[in-house]
Amino acid sequence: MDKQKIYDILESVKDPEIPVLSIADLGILRNVEISDQGKLVITITPTYSGCPAMDTIEEDILTILDSEGYQAEVKTSISPAWTTDWLSEKGRRNLEEYGIAPPSESTTDKSFLTGAHKEIRCPQCKSNNTKMISHFGSTPCKALYKCKACLEPFDYFKCI
Amino acid sequence: MTEEKALYNYLIRLGDNALILGQRLGEWCGHAHQLESDIALTNVALDQIGQARLLLSEAARLQAEGKDEDQLAFHRDEHDFRNNLLVEMENGDFGQTITRQFLFDVYQFHLLKALCQSQNDFLKAFAEKSVKEVTYHRNLSRDWVIRLGDGTEKSHQKMQNAVNLLWQYTGELFEMDETDEVLINSGIVPDLNDLRPLWEKEVKMVLDEATLTIPDTRGYMATGGRKKGEHTEYMGYILAEMQYLPRSMPEAKW
Repeated sequence: MDKQKIYDILESVKDPEIPVLSIADLGILRNVEISDQGKLVITITPTYSGCPAMDTIEEDILTILDSEGYQAEVKTSISPAWTTDWLSEKGRRNLEEYGIAPPSESTTDKSFLTGAHKEIRCPQCKSNNTKMISHFGSTPCKALYKCKACLEPFDYFKCI
Repeated sequence: MTEEKALYNYLIRLGDNALILGQRLGEWCGHAHQLESDIALTNVALDQIGQARLLLSEAARLQAEGKDEDQLAFHRDEHDFRNNLLVEMENGDFGQTITRQFLFDVYQFHLLKALCQSQNDFLKAFAEKSVKEVTYHRNLSRDWVIRLGDGTEKSHQKMQNAVNLLWQYTGELFEMDETDEVLINSGIVPDLNDLRPLWEKEVKMVLDEATLTIPDTRGYMATGGRKKGEHTEYMGYILAEMQYLPRSMPEAKW
C-alpha cells in the first residue's frame, strides 16, 4: 500500500465549515499507518474539544477511502494537543482568500494567552485598522472582527 | 481504595463539572442580551461538553462495564453525579452566569495547569489540550466581571448580588478526600490546597478591579455534591431536561 496515495486521496477531505482547507492543511490529519494486521489506520486529532465537525470528518475519510477501494479505521488522538501552529502555509493563504483572517502569531508568542492580540489584517481590504467585536464567532475556533477601514466584518481564526 | 477506582471517581468529578456547566450554559442559547454574548456562552458550553465527552469516555473505559460516555451522561441518577454545587446554580441574569463562570474558570485554569504535570497519560494530554480553551473562557468571563462590576450603579448591584450568592459555593472546589489522597500519592493529581492561594489571589485581584466585595459567609461553605452526590434543588430539573429523551427512548439513534 502506497502511503502517499492515501495522503493524496485524503487531500479531498475538507473541513466541513471551511471548505478551502483540507484536513491535512489544518493539521487534523496526524498519521496514516498500516497496522500489524495489514489494516489501514488513519489518526486524526480534534481542533477544539467540542468540535462538532469531527464525526463528519471521520465519515468523510471512511467514505472517500471506501470509494477508492480501501477499508480503513479512524483513530482519534488528543496528544499532542492540536495547535494553530500546525496550519500549513497553503492553508493560511487559502483562509485569507476565502475571507477568514488566519492566526496571526505562533503560539510560542504568548501574547495570545494574555488576551493581547497582534494587529489582524482585514482579508477584504488588507487594512490593519481592525477591531475585535467578540472573542467567539460562528465556530469555536473563530473570533469576530470588524474592519474600521472598509467597515466589513470578518472571522479571525484564533491562535490556540 | 485502589488507584483505578480513585481515578474513575476523579474523572467523573471533572466530567460532571464539564457536563453540568455545559448544560447550564446551553440554556442561554437564543436568550442572551446581544448576539455576540449568545455566541460566546454557547461556544464556551460547546468546549465544556467536548471536555465532558473526553472525560466521561475515559471514565467509561476505565470502569470496564461496557458503558460509554452517553450512558454515563444520560443514564446515571442524581446521587451518582459528582459535580461541584457551583456549576448547578441557576443561570439567573447574565451577571450571575458570568460571575459563576469566572469563579469556576479561574479554578479550572489552575487545576488544568497543574494536571499538565500528571503522571497519568490521559489526564496530562487532556489538560494540555483543555487549558488553552479554558484560558479563552477565563479571559471572557474576567473581562465581563470587570466591565459589569465597575459599570453602572445597576450593573454593579446585580454583580454584587451574584457574588454574595455564589461565594458560599466556592469552598467546595477545594475539598479533598480519599480519592484525592490516593491520586496525589501517585503524582496523578495536584493537592488542591496548593491551588487555593492561586485562585484566591487572582479572584480577589479581579473583584477589586471590578469594585466588588467578597461577602462574609462566617466560615460557611456549601458542600455535598463532589463527595456525596448530594445536590441542590436545581439538579433534578437540570437532569430531567438533559436526560428526558435518552431515558424515554433508550433505543434512539442520531
